[in-house]
Amino acid sequence: MSNNKKQLDTKRLVTLSALIAVAMILSYIESMIPAFVAVPGVKVGLSNIATVFALYALGWPYAIIVSVIRVLLSALLFGNAVSLIYSLSGAALALLSMILLKKLDKLSSVGISVVGGVCHNIGQVIAACLVMETAAISFYIIPLTISGTIAGIVIGLVAGNLVERVKKYI
Amino acid sequence: MLKKILENKKLLSDIILIGVLLIVSLSVFLIWYLSGTDGSFAVVTVDGKRVGEYSLAIDGVYYINDGTNVLAIEDGKAYMKEASCPGYQDCVETGKISRVGETIVCLPNKVVVEIVGEGDELIQ
Repeated sequence: MSNNKKQLDTKRLVTLSALIAVAMILSYIESMIPAFVAVPGVKVGLSNIATVFALYALGWPYAIIVSVIRVLLSALLFGNAVSLIYSLSGAALALLSMILLKKLDKLSSVGISVVGGVCHNIGQVIAACLVMETAAISFYIIPLTISGTIAGIVIGLVAGNLVERVKKYI
Repeated sequence: MLKKILENKKLLSDIILIGVLLIVSLSVFLIWYLSGTDGSFAVVTVDGKRVGEYSLAIDGVYYINDGTNVLAIEDGKAYMKEASCPGYQDCVETGKISRVGETIVCLPNKVVVEIVGEGDELIQ
């Protein structure tokens, strides 16, 4: 984790590419899951497994790279320009909060991923309010906080387990 | 041993965090749900500007934003019948709304439908 300032060596480059590929596949799988609640934005956020994994196994700069590239690519493949605004603002707020909380070192990967999930949703609702120029949709934060918390627990458990098992090979 | 205790501390703060988030959001949601009243009008906003108010008492089909979205009112409930956006359509999937404060949102077309009550001010 300390060699961030050094040149990106081949092994890290390969790991990073593999993580982005995994994130893309998870995004694709997610895009095929039908909505199970009639609230826009309720998602499991499967691709966050890759982001949280990168945050723990490789360090925060890698988490930013994985997340931003994943958002850009999936907007290109499965979304549009408008969905990019929401995904980017959600991803930015989620990354920022997760990185800061990880530095504080008070929560496990589950807690951090919960905060990430909730902040992702908050970022999206704020972006939606700004784009649509209305506060009428701010109430969505409440159901999205519930879903973000539950999704965050799942993602955090999976990512935490993965890091434990895979870290020694990275 | 020390590591275990430290981990447990993290587990504890995880549980507190999750508990607070769930309790606060669930109670706000419950209060909103239980105190909800039936609305009287569906207010349509496009790109931040009000473009129409339709009474929930009158059944009808309305073309919004040059027809990108089709709003229908039936039996006192409003729902998005059609939308122009490709792929998954949140606004159509939202279903029927009728309680004050409920909204249907079409992000790509910047259309918001909000239910308001009898006393709420209407602008022509």
